[in-house]
Amino acid sequence: MTKFLLPLGLFVLLAVVLAIGIRHSPEKGIIASPLLGKPAPVFALPNLTDPAHEVRSADLRGHWYLFNVWGTWCGGCREEHQALLQVRRAAVVPIIGLDWKDDDAQALGWLTQLGNPYQSVATDHSGREAIEWGVYGAPETFLVNPQGIVVYKHVGALTPDTWSREILPRVSGRPAGSS
Amino acid sequence: MERSARVVLITACLALALVRAAWAVDPTELPDPALQARYLALTHELRCMQCQNEALADSPVGLAADLRREVRDQLLAGKSDEQIRAWMTARYGDFILFRPRYSLRNAWLWGAPFALLLIGALVCWRVVRTRTTLLPGDHEPLEEDGQNG
Repeated sequence: MTKFLLPLGLFVLLAVVLAIGIRHSPEKGIIASPLLGKPAPVFALPNLTDPAHEVRSADLRGHWYLFNVWGTWCGGCREEHQALLQVRRAAVVPIIGLDWKDDDAQALGWLTQLGNPYQSVATDHSGREAIEWGVYGAPETFLVNPQGIVVYKHVGALTPDTWSREILPRVSGRPAGSS
Repeated sequence: MERSARVVLITACLALALVRAAWAVDPTELPDPALQARYLALTHELRCMQCQNEALADSPVGLAADLRREVRDQLLAGKSDEQIRAWMTARYGDFILFRPRYSLRNAWLWGAPFALLLIGALVCWRVVRTRTTLLPGDHEPLEEDGQNG
């Protein structure tokens, strides 16, 4: 009997390791952000739609917000645009846009043509602000709590599913599923 | 004829060498050779986050160029290599380092080969010991074999 204990034990160990691997496979290629649980970067950036007023992190203190990194050159951004408009209509949490390494005129054209889901859009021509957030590909979306802490990051196009499963429960403080 | 062919060949090689230099992904030159050496070392040990299997130095994508600019600016500002690495990992995590750090979180990964080696050695030892205890039964036929042969 004890003869089988060792192989059995090894098998169980292997099964556990592989099960962990399979569970995490949807996140394959997604790099966990070191920003999670840490304060979001402090910023004061040019405003795309309202040049007179900077987009400043200080003004966002005390409120939840989504920080969405996009650009007109980015395919996934077009893909998620409808979902972002839905989030705006839901009026639960405002979206602050970061127009990353983009042309202002093109970005304004995009918002006129497809609709504007953003409370305000900051521009980042040099790409420096995106680096502060550890962005490595657009679109990326961060959820920041009223204390200014990054609590969630989504890489890739935002979907209604991500919204209802990952973002809404965090903002409303209720577990996913209950409404 | 042969000589002129050789001249053409050599000229072509030299021209190609120049083209290669002009095509290099990263044309950055820092004023000080020591800084330039550190710049090259850093951009080769930091990962391009967009392409993931290329170093910053080798990647033509926009983000890699932005991160190289950060490395250059910080070197010129007098930052140490370790400060620059820390700055990068604060934003992109340990993944940006091609040479991973030792940490408690990945200690099991570094330890796994040694653990497996230990398990192997234990199995080996047990097998050898079992065989040794079996030997007395096999003893006589073996000795006879030796005498006959």
